[in-house]
Amino acid sequence: MSSTSIINLPNQQTARMPKNHYLNSGYGLKSWALTLDHKRIAILYLLTTLFFFCIGGLMAALMRLELLTPAGDLVASDTYNKLFSIHGIIMVFFFLVPIAPAVLGNFLIPIMIGAKDVAFPKLNLLSYYIFLIGGFFELYSIIWGGVDTGWTFTTPLSTHYVNTNVISAAMGIFIAGFSSILTGLNFVVTIHRLRAPGMTWFRLPLFIWSYYATAIIFILATPVIAITMVLIAMERVFGIGVFDPALGGDPILFQHLFWFYSHPAVYVMILPGMGVMSEVVGCFSRKRVFGYTAVAFSSVAIAVFSFFVWAHHMFIMGISNYSALVFSLFSMLVAIPSAIKVFNWSATMYKGSITFETPMLYAFSFIGLFTIGGLTGVMLASLGMDIHMTETYFVVAHFHYVMVGGMVSAVMCGLHFWWPKITGRMYPEQLGKLAASTLFIGFNLTFFPQFILGYLGMPRRYHAYPAEFQVLNVMSTAGASILAIGYLLPAMYFLWSLKYGAIAGSNPWQATGLEWQIQSPPLKDNFEEIPVVDFEAYDYEWLANKTRHEVTNVG
Amino acid sequence: MHYISPVLWQFLEKWLGNSPLFPPEGSAMSVHVDVFFLFLLLVEIVGVTIVTLMVVTFTILYRKERHPVATQIEGSTLLEATWTLIPLAVFLVCFAWGALLYFRIYDPPTNAMNIYIVGKQWMWKAEHPGGQHEIDALHIPIDRPVQLTMISQDVFHSFSIPAFRIKREVIPGRYSTVWFEATKPGVYHLFCTQYCGTDHSAMVGWVYAMKPEDYRAWTQGSTSGSSLAQNGERLFASLGCHSCHTGQESARGPDLAGLYGSKVRLADGTYVTANDAYLRRSILTPGAQVVAGHSAIMPTYQGQVSEEGVIDLVQFIKSLNSNYRIKQGATAPELEPGQAGTPGTVPAEPAAQAQPGNRAGSAHTTPGTVK
Repeated sequence: MSSTSIINLPNQQTARMPKNHYLNSGYGLKSWALTLDHKRIAILYLLTTLFFFCIGGLMAALMRLELLTPAGDLVASDTYNKLFSIHGIIMVFFFLVPIAPAVLGNFLIPIMIGAKDVAFPKLNLLSYYIFLIGGFFELYSIIWGGVDTGWTFTTPLSTHYVNTNVISAAMGIFIAGFSSILTGLNFVVTIHRLRAPGMTWFRLPLFIWSYYATAIIFILATPVIAITMVLIAMERVFGIGVFDPALGGDPILFQHLFWFYSHPAVYVMILPGMGVMSEVVGCFSRKRVFGYTAVAFSSVAIAVFSFFVWAHHMFIMGISNYSALVFSLFSMLVAIPSAIKVFNWSATMYKGSITFETPMLYAFSFIGLFTIGGLTGVMLASLGMDIHMTETYFVVAHFHYVMVGGMVSAVMCGLHFWWPKITGRMYPEQLGKLAASTLFIGFNLTFFPQFILGYLGMPRRYHAYPAEFQVLNVMSTAGASILAIGYLLPAMYFLWSLKYGAIAGSNPWQATGLEWQIQSPPLKDNFEEIPVVDFEAYDYEWLANKTRHEVTNVG
Repeated sequence: MHYISPVLWQFLEKWLGNSPLFPPEGSAMSVHVDVFFLFLLLVEIVGVTIVTLMVVTFTILYRKERHPVATQIEGSTLLEATWTLIPLAVFLVCFAWGALLYFRIYDPPTNAMNIYIVGKQWMWKAEHPGGQHEIDALHIPIDRPVQLTMISQDVFHSFSIPAFRIKREVIPGRYSTVWFEATKPGVYHLFCTQYCGTDHSAMVGWVYAMKPEDYRAWTQGSTSGSSLAQNGERLFASLGCHSCHTGQESARGPDLAGLYGSKVRLADGTYVTANDAYLRRSILTPGAQVVAGHSAIMPTYQGQVSEEGVIDLVQFIKSLNSNYRIKQGATAPELEPGQAGTPGTVPAEPAAQAQPGNRAGSAHTTPGTVK
């Protein structure tokens, strides 16, 4: 072990993969398709969501190529509209919302709280299949002609004016929504009922607190989008006049319903990332996360406040000026818990013993990009400023800083951090660092110019744009190609590592969580016997003691 | 407006306004928005700098080589309170400043001149009070507040002039308004910023801010011969409105003279102010708000009168101080034969199928570039 790294691998000459683990507990399609093991379900989710990420990414690549020139010359207007609609729908509902909860959450929550599985394993498998069915609906909409409503399904455009597969796309979201609700329910019950003896609420890793907050949002907000999607389909099929002004409906009502889900959903996408950050920053600083209680409660505060800010997407839509005031104020308040988290992670590094492995690099990039994304959110929440900035590329840049710069960084961070636990093998560290840096550079080059474009007034969802915006668009497209390399690289070395990666051993990062005290990959039932927790979370002194007294020649 | 520091003012006007990375400042409000933007940018830069400094300093000072054993720290209530309360205070300043600005941008002055905007897939139609029609263009005088009363004929659109820092959703079924006061003559972008279907990105146009004398010359040179109110008068006659709204005490319809801006007592005892929205509603869905003393016998004109036609009718009703014009129209209805060609009525084919190429009647050709 070098002095600049905490990686602690077993001797590669003698080390072998554990004899029994969840990956070899059964072979064949049936053992995967009908598995009730939360870890295998997590893997299924991982493969599915990554497949959707590839589709969404491909759409993004085509869009960036189109925007290389001001004229709409690569694809037709309708095609471009389908590209950004599919990109949005897939990335939001079939990648960002499920990836962190259903993949990392499914894999880690039971292990972290010392349980053998989630509370309802069959429900867990059912939610995967529901998600898959929703996904098939979405694929059907894409393959049989696409959908061009934008991911926001604005009425009356989506109900009366477009002739694409709106109903199947809406039904896909409707169905996938049930998967979210069931997953949320499962997590809440699991965290309440299945904690190991001694695992009190304030001994839980902060990861669990964020996922708990996420699950609450899942349960409370998702039904609203489901209802909204059904209303859209009914308005298209039966012509009921809920949203259509010609029939006495109110198109603004749709905006309220849609954003009542979709704003909390934004926090569904970012809260799990915050959970990952707390684990990783603590581990690579060898320290307990600064102000555990504040970080834990800030997750809950975000979940609560997130339900009272939806109309900040509607400041220019002719809602009452006074209600705009209230929503602006609440939007300012929801920024506070996020600010607390960022400061607490930074303060965690104070007097730490910091090393710079790949997950930590992603954590740095998360903290920086999320801060930029969050503060531009404050700009947008400021009423008078929002008028000029909303519906421009400024908004596009803002939410990509939060969603891609923040959440995708966090997902990459989490995948690298727990890859040894999931597969039992290490990814190549140097390549990992290269990929993390590539992503950071590519990301900024892609999305920073979009802030400037937005302030200049370039509207979003434009297939063709005035020539004076070209330079910044070319920069953005160039950045996107670097970004693509940043994604392809990990895809390749992760695959490579499955066979050739160094054997990780149970605790390569010398981290404190319960998941690191068991073998990698874990047993089918996680623990040989349910652990009794008699230590606080992130107690690195306890861990150091334990390691010192451990008999080193295992097996 | 000059409570802003003169130095900052100069910087904004002379330097930033001409920078390719900053939009031109074409209205009285744009400088105020930009000053607020610079403040927010400062908050952003300070925030990001503090976080970056913390992270960079700690990673240098406490990297493993220099600091092999971490010192465990539980937290610090005082520190945490500090970084809760200071951001809170800053964000509240952003909130208050932003709110003040919002109210200024969305509350039009009472002396503003009104121009109607009708959005439809995929064009902007502007209707000036003098009857000038434009498509994808908007001529306005500088140094005079201009209010836009906007409505969409089909889907959501959004009317945006970045150089003026204004934007507002244009919604089917209800009027929305926005106002500005242009300060510099010039040609500025006009965008639709709400995704509205196939040719969303072609729903763009130009705003021509002109000196008052140029604007006067333009209005005289491009009038179609009759004002909106006159168009409305013709439509009023051809739809037969005067047969009920005669202005007499015993008439089946309420008296329209002096109606605009007055308080109207409804059959259910409530009062409503007769503004554009009320008049529009009363024409299209007359059963919804019946005037006290009258019965709900007026047929709906939904689908018979286009949004432009409604605007013409509203303008006509606005102009009525007495019932003289109505009586004139009633005695000579045959002046306007040919229902099909009546301006303002809905054409035979649905509006939603209008082709983007159908832009005849555009008052001006599109210029090449800005300025």
